[in-house]
Amino acid sequence: MVSVVKTANANLVFRALTDPTRRGIFEELTRHREQTVHALTRYAGVSQPAVSKHLTVLKRARLVGHRRDGRETHYRAQPEALAPVVDWLNLYGAFWRERFDLLEDILKRMDP
Amino acid sequence: MSDTSINTSAETRTLVIEREMPYPPEKIWRALTQPQLIEQWLMKNDFLPAVDHRFKLSADWGTVDCQVLVVEPNKTLSYTWAAFGFESVVVWTLIPTHGGTRVRMEHSGFRSEEDANYKGAVHGWQRFIESLDRVVGGLED
Repeated sequence: MVSVVKTANANLVFRALTDPTRRGIFEELTRHREQTVHALTRYAGVSQPAVSKHLTVLKRARLVGHRRDGRETHYRAQPEALAPVVDWLNLYGAFWRERFDLLEDILKRMDP
Repeated sequence: MSDTSINTSAETRTLVIEREMPYPPEKIWRALTQPQLIEQWLMKNDFLPAVDHRFKLSADWGTVDCQVLVVEPNKTLSYTWAAFGFESVVVWTLIPTHGGTRVRMEHSGFRSEEDANYKGAVHGWQRFIESLDRVVGGLED
């Protein structure tokens, strides 16, 4: 049961991040504590309704949270939503294999 | 692929990469410990081969906070590795062989995904998210 839930959320997360505009909005939010739709619209360079739609997808994947303050809604990134989908060993395995290749290149070029 | 192995235990998991290289340990040690050489294969850094020295590895996608744990010239080098909100440990071991050196890198302390605890500000999501594609490939089976 748990793994089914995990898979479902993983799919939502990946689907949310495959769109470059949505990915851009998520990245912009990770750089700030909070942002309003207006600020995000300026950043994304698409219409406000489009930004709102993207935010809905990101919220469904739990990558973004929000807080109402009067008439304004403030959005924030929730990168911890990536936790169930990130395979650190896989990620670092690829990272270190690449570094080993570079290390060998350097050794080839170094003085003996 | 064959140079990489992953050990799984209940609490933590370890990534091991071993590769034989046709150079003496002394030469590889220089590449592992001289900042201008480290920069060429790993990242920009302010490394010093001194126990307890704190240093940063930095790339355009973010920084890794490290502290030196072990320095045994030409043999063992170890440092902590804190990135993406969790801490791990890297150990380099150089073992002399007939034709050169067996270079072993052990990166340990990965918690299972359920325990992954993201604290504080997280940098470098761009590079990180790009790598997600690769992870997706690995998860599909």
